[in-house]
Amino acid sequence: MDIHHLVTMANQIAEFFKTSHLDRAEAVVATAQHLRSFWDPRMRREIIAHLGANGGEGLGEIARDAVRTLEAQASAKAAG
Amino acid sequence: MLSKTDRDYGTPPKTSAKLVTLEVDGREVTVPEGTSVLRAAALADVAIPKLCATDSLEPFGSCRLCLIQIEGRNGYPASCTTPVESGMKVRTKSEMLERLRRGVMELYMSDHPPDRAACAGNGNCELHAMADAVGLGETRYGFEGKNHLDAARDASNPYFAFDPARCIVCSRCVRACEEVQGTFALTIDGRGFNSVVSPSQHQPFFESECVSCGACVQACPTDALVEKSMLDKGVAERSVITTCGYCGVGCSFKAEVKGDEVVRMLPNKDGMPNHGHSCVKGRFAWGYATHPDRALAPMVREKTGDAWREVSWDEAVGYAARRLKEIQSKYGPGSIGGITSSRCTNEETYLVQKMVRAAFGNNNIDTCARVCHSPTGYGLKTTLGTSAGTQDFDSVLQADVILVIGCNPTDGHPVFASLMKRRLRQGAKLIVADPRTIDLVRTPHIEAVYHLPLLPGTNVALINAFAHVVLSEGLAKEDFVRERCEWPAYELWKKFILDDRNSPAAAAKVTGVPAEKIRAAARLYATGGNAVIYYGLGVTEHSQGSTMVLGMANLAMATANLGRAGVGVNPLRGQNNVQGSCDMGSFPHELTGYRHLSDAAMRGSFEAAWGVTLDPEPGLRIPNMFDAALDGSFRGLYVQGEDIAQSDPNTHHVTAALGAMECVIVHDIFFNETAKYAHVFFPGSSFLEKDGTFTNSERRISRVRKVMPPLAGKADWEVTCDLSTAFGYPMHYAHPSEIMDEIARLTPTFAGVSYEKLDRLGSVQWPCNDQAPEGTPVMHVGHFVRGKGHFVVTEYVPTDERVGPRFPLILTTGRILSQYNVGTQTRRTANVVWHHEDVLEIHPHDAEERGVRDGAWVKISSRAGETTMRAQITERVPPGIVYTTFHHQSSGTNIVTTENSDWATNCPEYKVTAVQVMPAADQGARRAAGQAADAHAAAGR
Repeated sequence: MDIHHLVTMANQIAEFFKTSHLDRAEAVVATAQHLRSFWDPRMRREIIAHLGANGGEGLGEIARDAVRTLEAQASAKAAG
Repeated sequence: MLSKTDRDYGTPPKTSAKLVTLEVDGREVTVPEGTSVLRAAALADVAIPKLCATDSLEPFGSCRLCLIQIEGRNGYPASCTTPVESGMKVRTKSEMLERLRRGVMELYMSDHPPDRAACAGNGNCELHAMADAVGLGETRYGFEGKNHLDAARDASNPYFAFDPARCIVCSRCVRACEEVQGTFALTIDGRGFNSVVSPSQHQPFFESECVSCGACVQACPTDALVEKSMLDKGVAERSVITTCGYCGVGCSFKAEVKGDEVVRMLPNKDGMPNHGHSCVKGRFAWGYATHPDRALAPMVREKTGDAWREVSWDEAVGYAARRLKEIQSKYGPGSIGGITSSRCTNEETYLVQKMVRAAFGNNNIDTCARVCHSPTGYGLKTTLGTSAGTQDFDSVLQADVILVIGCNPTDGHPVFASLMKRRLRQGAKLIVADPRTIDLVRTPHIEAVYHLPLLPGTNVALINAFAHVVLSEGLAKEDFVRERCEWPAYELWKKFILDDRNSPAAAAKVTGVPAEKIRAAARLYATGGNAVIYYGLGVTEHSQGSTMVLGMANLAMATANLGRAGVGVNPLRGQNNVQGSCDMGSFPHELTGYRHLSDAAMRGSFEAAWGVTLDPEPGLRIPNMFDAALDGSFRGLYVQGEDIAQSDPNTHHVTAALGAMECVIVHDIFFNETAKYAHVFFPGSSFLEKDGTFTNSERRISRVRKVMPPLAGKADWEVTCDLSTAFGYPMHYAHPSEIMDEIARLTPTFAGVSYEKLDRLGSVQWPCNDQAPEGTPVMHVGHFVRGKGHFVVTEYVPTDERVGPRFPLILTTGRILSQYNVGTQTRRTANVVWHHEDVLEIHPHDAEERGVRDGAWVKISSRAGETTMRAQITERVPPGIVYTTFHHQSSGTNIVTTENSDWATNCPEYKVTAVQVMPAADQGARRAAGQAADAHAAAGR
């Protein structure tokens, strides 16, 4: 998948939740929830990998934190 | 000419709580106050002869055939224009009445061709029936005097002819064009003996303002106006009630058939939602079903460069299943998927998503709603609790203020537009928000109070400004909000909206609409009575499509315009079953009834019913499928009834993705653009060959009944069953009704739906269950589906698609009346005479700046690609905006559209593309090839 496209989409989603006047933490949770609800796992894996490999270059703050949340959830699930 | 099986009560029904009892020929009958004596008599099974009266039109009283006598009154009044009164005693037969009627008929027949055998009605002609009813034999007047028997016939319209020699000037056609269609294209020119039906300024029908809806043909009591198909094939032997396969209005039709051949499609008088009306596509443009281009044999090939091989169904299905399994074995479970069709039935789309989930074992299933109304699903579910419009179509008749945003109903949903125009002529107020001056802005007897020609991409700024006016001027209905909605969310939204950045003054700077006009329109919406919103793809096909849907729901909740007739938020869905395909779980994140995969209990019910464990993770959306194909993780695709290579944006990207796949299966009625990249072709069925159901924009589930057996030998649902079985997940159903029964068992909103109920009631609107056994016309009555309505903050975020020196204009796209979507069907009918190519509308200022001449070739280029089409210089578009349609393969409109999409759903931003337009020397090689293909389709070779 085109990582730039995934980054753009993640940022757009985060921008919406940021501007929904939720506090920052809520915006991160909502963004992560949206990605989990609507993104195929390979898309989530790829953006998590981008976070790991490139520091999530291009991701806005809320989007980056949301991807970190996904990463943590994925790790917890893998751990059992 | 009406159907011979329809009963005509003479004048329209009246609704009144007060009832009136009268006697007709000694029979007592009780009817609502306001009913005509003619209709009351018919209800009492007393047939009064009539010609100018028909129950789809208000009475006219011109033919003088329906005369009656009323005890205690002098004279012989027309029963069609006489309202009933309590205690009235009516006599419909007497020697004098019979003499008067015979005299009237004798005059009519003296100016009508005497050869009854030549009448196209052939036993169904009302004129001849009335002559028989009054006992008229020969006319005493002969034919030597002045008459109209040599009047010139008008066969200019491709579908019907007008023969003035056979016309009795009853004005039914004129009144149908006014009252039913609302176009006012016809009049009676001249007076007395010189009276003649005149399209527009005495022009041939084809050159007039006639939109070819056929209402006049249907209303005509003789064969003066008659379908050419009836002239060619004669009168039908039987009729089958079915549902149109074109737009999201979902008109009910009687397919009149001789053998297995359709003679004509007559709108079903008792059918919903169209009440006996239709448009040019549904009524006339069905010939594509038997076009020579129909692909009827299964075909396979190893590689897309190879020649196709016609094979048996068994071989094709086996080959497809084997290749998909090989791909999945090599690349993983998520490497294959499917796309359902919004033109196939609920049962057919249900089976495709079931196959993907149960057989393929993933959720890579999506539907064309992705590229049109997916934001509707997201937005209305988030705010109100369900992914569908809130009202039935008839609700518009109780609206006082109608806000039309980003849709063009006279072109895209013509029968609904006729209903809307009827209400507007009664006095409802209209606000149109559209960059273009669509026909609805100013049309006979209708003018929008406010036309808001906003810049494409600025919808959210406009709707926020509306809300700002409502809240800042104290126009919100906070009692309703407090009772029905989540108050904390409302307060958060209110604080956001009242910020100056959402004021009309701020919105004016980005939308281009003057602030005062925004204020006036908002005030009208908030204070004008019942206010309703109708919207289309001009709302959803934007990077903020979902945000705009949220914004409209916010506005409707804040002004209490939800939960009753005459109000609501209503998506005008483009296709005959796009609502249904969404209802059926054709989304990668939801099962039927819009229930997310993460709901373990719900998912468990499907697992129990289907006998499999389902993947709980969302799958790929259509745009993601293309991206995944290009990165190698998605390699096999089953495409049912969709031409993604033509309909989806950024054509180069789509075709590159298709080219990267190892097994593309196309299941369609024609060999379409996508099939060029296919390895397996399954020949599909048109709506005339289907048994099943469609669901229209108002959630109405209607039966589709086949008129002829599937020309390719298998029903589409049978093909999906075969493919699933060959893949390893057996699917067997004896009839589509069994599929619907399964859907009903698994889907609470469909729990009460069955073919028995649909046959009994005609149609039902979901939710249809124990709480609403006969369905739900208006939703959210008393409470929202999610409980309390949810307000969402909707910050305006400009699109990333910006104009600049290289691409200084904005291209937006839409539809035209005579064509449908990518033209697969309509280009193979006579409708091409109205629209044989897509043209680019450009404002005179922009044209002059570029040296563009009207009708000349222009090149339209964007950062995605370029194409050519002819220019049409018009002031319908404002400076800076250009517009085209996408109905013709040759246009390549989607070569220039981009990958920008809605943030929530990836619905493509078709409506905002930065382009440049410059004169072109010629049409270019690509377009020339496309035009040749279009011409071939139109010629029927």
